[in-house]
Amino acid sequence: MTTVEEPPAATQHAALSIDGLEMSYMVRGTPRAVLRGVTFDVRAGEAYGLVGESGCGKSTTAYAALRYLPGNGHIDAGTVTSDGQELTAMSNRELREFRARKASMVFQDPVQAVNPVLKIGRQVAEAFEVMGQSKSEAKVSALHALERVRIAAPESVMERYPHQLSGGMLQRVVIAMGLACDPTLLVLDEPTTGLDATVEAEVLDLVRDLRSELNSAILLIAHNLGVIRTMCDRVGVMYAGRIVEEGTVDEVFDNPSHPYTKGLLNSIPRKGLRKTDRELFAIPGAAPPIGASLPTCTYVDRCPIGTDLCRTDVPPIVERSDGHWTRCHFPDRIGDVPEPDEVTVDYDIGTEQIIGVNHVSKTFRQRGHDVPALVGVDLGFAEGETLGLVGESGSGKSTLAKTMLGVHEADEGGEITLRGRTMAGKATSRITESVRALSMVFQNPDSALNRAWTVRRILQRSVVKLTGVTGDAADRRVEEIAEAMQLSSRHLDMRPRQLSGGLKQRVAIARAFAGDPAVVVCDEPTSALDVSVQAAILNLLARLQNEERSSYLFISHDIGVVRYLSDRIAVMYLGRIMEIGATETMFEGVNHPYTEALLSAVPSVDGIAEDRIPLVGSIPSPANPPPGCVFHTRCHRAIKGLCEVTVPEMVELSPGHSIKCHLTVEQLKEPIHIDTDAVLAEPAALDES
Amino acid sequence: MSTGDSGTGAAGPAPQSVSQDLPGAPAPAAKSDTPKNDGGRSGRNQIRREQRRVLFASPAFIIGVLIVLFWIVAAIFPTLLTSAGEKEFVEAGPNSKPFGDSWLGTDSSGWDVYTRIIYGARPILIVAPIATALAIIVGTLLGLIMGYYRGWVDEVLSRVLEAILSIPVILMAILVVTTFGKSTPIIVGTIALLFVPAITRTIRSASIAESDLDYVTSAKMRGESGLFIVSREILPNVVGLVVVELTVRLGYAIFTYATLAFLGFVGANVTDADWGVDVAQQFNQIVNDRWWSSIFPATAIASLVIGVNLIADSIDKALKS
Amino acid sequence: MLKFIARRLFLAVVTLAILLVIITAIPNLAPGDPARKVAGGTASPERLAQVTEDLGLNDSIPQQLANTAKSVLTLDFGTSAAGQPVSDILWSSLGNSTKLVVLSLVLIVPLSILGGLIAAFKKDTWLDRVIVNVGVAFSAVPDFVAGVFLLAFLGVPYEFFKTQASAPGEGPITQIQHLLLPALAVLAVYFGYLARITRAGTINALDADYTRTAFMRGLSTRKVFRNHVARNALQPTVAVLGTQLGYLFGGMVALEKVFNYPGVGKMILDAVEGANYPALRAGVLTVAIIYMLATLAADLLVAYMNPRTRQSLGDN
Repeated sequence: MTTVEEPPAATQHAALSIDGLEMSYMVRGTPRAVLRGVTFDVRAGEAYGLVGESGCGKSTTAYAALRYLPGNGHIDAGTVTSDGQELTAMSNRELREFRARKASMVFQDPVQAVNPVLKIGRQVAEAFEVMGQSKSEAKVSALHALERVRIAAPESVMERYPHQLSGGMLQRVVIAMGLACDPTLLVLDEPTTGLDATVEAEVLDLVRDLRSELNSAILLIAHNLGVIRTMCDRVGVMYAGRIVEEGTVDEVFDNPSHPYTKGLLNSIPRKGLRKTDRELFAIPGAAPPIGASLPTCTYVDRCPIGTDLCRTDVPPIVERSDGHWTRCHFPDRIGDVPEPDEVTVDYDIGTEQIIGVNHVSKTFRQRGHDVPALVGVDLGFAEGETLGLVGESGSGKSTLAKTMLGVHEADEGGEITLRGRTMAGKATSRITESVRALSMVFQNPDSALNRAWTVRRILQRSVVKLTGVTGDAADRRVEEIAEAMQLSSRHLDMRPRQLSGGLKQRVAIARAFAGDPAVVVCDEPTSALDVSVQAAILNLLARLQNEERSSYLFISHDIGVVRYLSDRIAVMYLGRIMEIGATETMFEGVNHPYTEALLSAVPSVDGIAEDRIPLVGSIPSPANPPPGCVFHTRCHRAIKGLCEVTVPEMVELSPGHSIKCHLTVEQLKEPIHIDTDAVLAEPAALDES
Repeated sequence: MSTGDSGTGAAGPAPQSVSQDLPGAPAPAAKSDTPKNDGGRSGRNQIRREQRRVLFASPAFIIGVLIVLFWIVAAIFPTLLTSAGEKEFVEAGPNSKPFGDSWLGTDSSGWDVYTRIIYGARPILIVAPIATALAIIVGTLLGLIMGYYRGWVDEVLSRVLEAILSIPVILMAILVVTTFGKSTPIIVGTIALLFVPAITRTIRSASIAESDLDYVTSAKMRGESGLFIVSREILPNVVGLVVVELTVRLGYAIFTYATLAFLGFVGANVTDADWGVDVAQQFNQIVNDRWWSSIFPATAIASLVIGVNLIADSIDKALKS
Repeated sequence: MLKFIARRLFLAVVTLAILLVIITAIPNLAPGDPARKVAGGTASPERLAQVTEDLGLNDSIPQQLANTAKSVLTLDFGTSAAGQPVSDILWSSLGNSTKLVVLSLVLIVPLSILGGLIAAFKKDTWLDRVIVNVGVAFSAVPDFVAGVFLLAFLGVPYEFFKTQASAPGEGPITQIQHLLLPALAVLAVYFGYLARITRAGTINALDADYTRTAFMRGLSTRKVFRNHVARNALQPTVAVLGTQLGYLFGGMVALEKVFNYPGVGKMILDAVEGANYPALRAGVLTVAIIYMLATLAADLLVAYMNPRTRQSLGDN
């Protein structure tokens, strides 16, 4: 990687200096505090990360850095200074100059951030025109800018419209626009949320590599601690509008001093934690809504070491070591913050196969083409086992889930079996016993729960339809399940929109268990939730599995979570299983090249992984799968003459661990090093338009 | 003019949905675990109660209701509001000015304009609501089914609806009424039929959007029948839209009936009190400086339309709050 | 892009065909004798026979369809019972309607768009509320009601505003002057709706992330609006104008009656009253064709403005 130059301390202005910033939004006439005195510096040339859960105010802070306030936002106190100039005192014209030449921002959703009706080239050129270049000069500059962000064939990309580019490509374009002015300050607000793991890694690689070429300081906003760890020098942890801890990433993440930071770090499965080791720490209580009036220490209501003092006196800033401080009255009692419980129960996995997925394929007909979304998938579930499923967009994970549950019917030749008996393709044709055996928890609880129904009705319907029990017995069952999910009877009479994300997901899980299922498919059940809420849900899932002896198909893009919860893991690419094996073996020894690349792409909160393996090209369209091994177009270990010709078989590397690859164990063991600088991003081929 | 239909769904009075917050303004924190309400009472009641509060407080709603109520009373109990008969030759004599002996003057036949207006409320308030109700029922049903099932039936039906929509409602109404007769049931049926395509299109869009959501997928996974999904899962989520459509279409139904009346396509008896008919018969008097006999019935039409629009708009706003 | 046009044209033809079927079906489906209904209760037997012939009811249904299709394709709409070629009436009515529509558009388009833009930029101020509420209240007020009011309070008292909309043989300025009142009536009726659509589209564009990006890049408000917001904001307005254009041609029947203006609407009305079925059919089909052409043009314009829609098939 690269080393960052030492900022020559006193002589250079901080790229960004926020001092005592207080901000509120006006909602229906009352001001709601969102920033309660934020103070931090981003030094010239350094990368500073701001991390926290939703509602903590980190995005608001990021926008404030460029003095962009929504219509109802108001700065109540404090200053924002950049490179010696005070933003909060600038005129509109000065502010425009500042934004054009000194600072840039990259937003979360690149697809929305670009104007859909203008060509890419035009929009990138605009960033140069605003600095005074002529149209023709700007066009040339735009071309160079695209080259700089390592886009292959930049001329062709300039002529395209945004909808013709992938999310990752668009983010590169947005970064190119941001770098146009060689900014003093580059602000990135959740720049990779929503992108696939490998794409995310590429974008982060790019930013990391560019840092050595740039003079910019970087302010990175993220909720993913791993991203912050691998990208930033220093980090500030935000909670409810205030920074509660700050220091170098190593210090803060390995040696947290604030109870919140510690709680946060304990809620993520770190360092290969498994469910059989211990539970995840779920911070009790809930994050306060924006604008709530809070005691002087905003965290006290959830803090295990808080006292009355915390409610009346603002906690002071206490230095723990050089540059590492925490905002707490009792920093020395950090050791009293409890660790999560050890797990004492046994995770017993049955030997008989409950659900079998046998050579299942699913082909869709779209506009005259055949699109194979699933090809020859073989999976099996034993009682009480969790099979984790990992794959990026287009891998067919959702199709697999829906085919198993009877929304789609598998192609001829494939079958889903329950205890050996084949089930009908469509759910409406299946007997009740089969329908009961499988259920699903969806990613987005807002979409998955009928907004017009009460929670009680939602659960009741599943109970009645799946078990045939009615009347009082059904009511009792509803209350039973609700209790198991820690939902109160008050919640039962509410409608989904009145519940928080975590509660909604509990309802969804309760519904999934209403019929006593054999296998529950969990499709990214915690991706839409904050990390601390996720911990509670994962604990719940683990507990339920133990009590009910149900199996899970656990689909997630978060490798850490999959590793935590799963007994076995399968990796999918373009509708095919590429690798499957017991969790432990997946993370030791050799893997399928795709898995290898995937694992290297994950930004870990424990530090930078070993050699990054960037993937070339983009995911091929399922309608046009490459010949031979579908992965060969992007494989860093592809063997010419073999991989693009012959489809590989599933080969067993060791008992229970198989991969679909031509390479041998010896060949896979050889380390490969790839220079991330040299890899260019190719735009996908255009569909016929 | 005919029903102002557009590809963007609910036309005319109902404003397009523009209730986005500015960027950055606190959106409901989707990730936090904070309960949105303090809970307690049944959720729906609380939301409905809040919506009703907004509704009743809105001046537009109040004005609209007052206007409409007035005309309803006029339609049902005309004698409460006027002592004269609709075809009575009043003392003032023909073409007498308003604000004199008679409140709103008399028309060229010697009938009291005010009385004619009161009695004229009935035909329009019979036809328009019934036609709208019929159209809503059929349109909602069709829209839900087409939106959920899709397939070639949806394609074909969409083409047919599109074809009907390509002609202004008035023209189609003229065509049909000419062919089938001017009786009230035919007029009611015609207006209803001609409004179905627009309603269907709106409901269909909503049905498609709902069908994409996971709760429908979840229902399919339970093995629920299509009938159950459409009626119990999707319909409750679309009800608000139906209510808005109902009030919007009502305004247009009033407009259509009034225009048909003006053009002479309604009713058995030309002398019965009917706003549109009266305007048609009397507007030639305007050039003779006798404006009241047509302007006041025209005002009655306008006021009813405006009243209904105000109600429609305030309901729409209340549902969005 | 060409594929898009081809597909839209194909859909338009299909829709037209369906309409043809409906038009042909109506008289055949009528209970009783449709000829008698059209001709009137007191028609003589010869008249009745003539009308039956005109309606094409003597032919088989497929034959009727073929005849209708043929007349559309060859633009030969036959002659009325009185012997007058339908095409003559049709073209002159069309010409008149076009004048009224053009004048109306000249008034409506700039005013509504301006109104909508002002309302969007001054969102939630009193100005916005006035524009929106006035627009809301007055939509669906019938055209003839507006016309009658204008006639009574502008047309009669003021010499400048003419009470008859047609001025055959006069110069263009005079013609415009005569058309002012009906055009104002159309404005009154359509302003609110179009202004609200523009307002909504503009607000959406102003709220969009790409607008925010543009501001963050340091562009001035004017530049942001011109380069980014305008093209996106006006798409819904263009689409709606397309559909409304068709209605403007045929739907102004009542207004034409108030101002005694021989437009397409009046032609159709006269045809109905005079049992001139060939003319009736011609008028209705013309309106349909105009509607389809207008919506096609609007869709093409929107596709030009928004490249993303070029890929869609033009429906849903």
